[in-house]
Amino acid sequence: MRDKLLPDMATALREAGLADGMTISFHHHMRNGDHVLNAVLAEAAKQGVKNLTLLSSSIFPVHAPLIEHIKNGVVTELDTNYMSGPVAAAVSRGLLEKPVMFRSHGGRPRAIREGSRVIDIAFVAAPTVDPMGNISGSLGPAACGSLGYAVPDAECAKTVIAVTDNLIDTTLESVSIPHDRVTHVVKMDSIGDPKGIVSGSTSMTRDPVALAIARKAQAAIRASGLLKDGFNFQTGAGGASLATAQYLREDMIRMKLKGGFLLGGITKYLVDMLEEGLFDSIYDVQCFDLAAVESIRKNAAHHEISADTYASPRQKSCCVDFLDTVLLGASEIDVNFNVNVHTDSNGMIIGGSGGHNDAAAGAAMTIIVAPLIRARLPIVVDRCTTITTPGNTVDVLVTERGIAVNPARPDLADRFRDAKLDVYSIEELRAMALKIAGEPRKVEFTDRIVGTVEYRDGTIIDSLRAPA
Amino acid sequence: MGNTTQASAGTLESNDILVVIAPGNGGEATVSVESIVMKQFGPAIIATIQASLAEHGLGGVTVTAQDKGALDCTIKARMEAAILRYKELHS
Repeated sequence: MRDKLLPDMATALREAGLADGMTISFHHHMRNGDHVLNAVLAEAAKQGVKNLTLLSSSIFPVHAPLIEHIKNGVVTELDTNYMSGPVAAAVSRGLLEKPVMFRSHGGRPRAIREGSRVIDIAFVAAPTVDPMGNISGSLGPAACGSLGYAVPDAECAKTVIAVTDNLIDTTLESVSIPHDRVTHVVKMDSIGDPKGIVSGSTSMTRDPVALAIARKAQAAIRASGLLKDGFNFQTGAGGASLATAQYLREDMIRMKLKGGFLLGGITKYLVDMLEEGLFDSIYDVQCFDLAAVESIRKNAAHHEISADTYASPRQKSCCVDFLDTVLLGASEIDVNFNVNVHTDSNGMIIGGSGGHNDAAAGAAMTIIVAPLIRARLPIVVDRCTTITTPGNTVDVLVTERGIAVNPARPDLADRFRDAKLDVYSIEELRAMALKIAGEPRKVEFTDRIVGTVEYRDGTIIDSLRAPA
Repeated sequence: MGNTTQASAGTLESNDILVVIAPGNGGEATVSVESIVMKQFGPAIIATIQASLAEHGLGGVTVTAQDKGALDCTIKARMEAAILRYKELHS
């Protein structure tokens, strides 16, 4: 009779043979409520381990203690798909000697599977673990739903440690990560705060600019010819995106349509559409709110998928390949339709691709929804501060003042004009923004490289420099 | 207790600016600006504030502005409101 349970984190790290220079991995389903990453690094620091590479699918404000671990040499390399908060700010200013490797949600599993990123120890924040070591993401006090981003880690790491606050003595009926991928199990008091799992506000925006963008995006989707039975759709959780999803719902009810799948980070709004019968299924790599967690637990049409299945270009196919439309945000979009979601206009890191460049590559129509001017800064620029998503995968920009279509898609531009939408060239939208806001001065950068942007297929497409 | 010598207008909401006008020590007006778009628009914001003071013939005051990305027209409107309030207080 095998027992995988170890008494505490200190023992777990020793059993796993944590040593200087290793690569350890984490996933971000606990989002800003995560307790696991900090707990592991605190123990690693206590044991005197140095030069770790941290492969974490995202880094949130809650991970601020990481700054000290970097200063003390415990962690010397970061590899992530998204970072925000104090760590992102410190890294922007040159905290790390080595540039951060930024990947996409599809590029990360590609790198892990192809072996260009080898994981020594993967830590899985495991909301419930059964006696065999099977993991469920949907049960327990820190239930977060899908554990999709942890799947490639669990399948490829040399050692896998499930960190849980809910050990049960029955066998799980529904398993996110099976026991044969789990080396050790260790318990801590709380692996995450469910309140931190929820992404921002889940109430519908009342911002009139966001609603105006959403109305135009709705009209664009309707005019595109893509909105018909079997329509596959992904949206982010931003205000304009969610509002568009609500308007789309009204269209689908009126047109008596039945969509195919909903994809991505899942919110209550998407769950409602599934339950209303407007879509066949949800493919869920990450739950953005507790309604989504509840749904994945009880609804057989709400499927948990791995990061590979979601977006990896190394698979025979991935879900993004089948998207008809994706709605994505932007910090900047340039006149060649390249999009930046890595940095703000001051050059500070505020995010990362996540699934941005994956979904854009796969979708038949990629729509960027963004205000023409955000806090006096025109959204359309001559050249993006950082390129996250190449312009040849971006089809449409929708702002509250007008729509621009990538010249590579004259078919869409024709359809939009036929539908009497207010279509402009992207240069015209830029000129409109400059006339209102004034011409911003150029932000100066140093020569210090603080980040490298890897496209989903492994190509390096940009680097980030520290602002002056 | 409100401050009886200084006047303000605006908010700290995104796309707005909060301007506070207080008595100075005579001579040139002092303008200090904090802005989320300082790098891009700092000098432009200061120029707009000074132009508003000149337009309304108000000198020798201290203007403190906290900007959250207000457009030029917003800055002018907030300045005009604050100047009129300041003049009323000091009439």
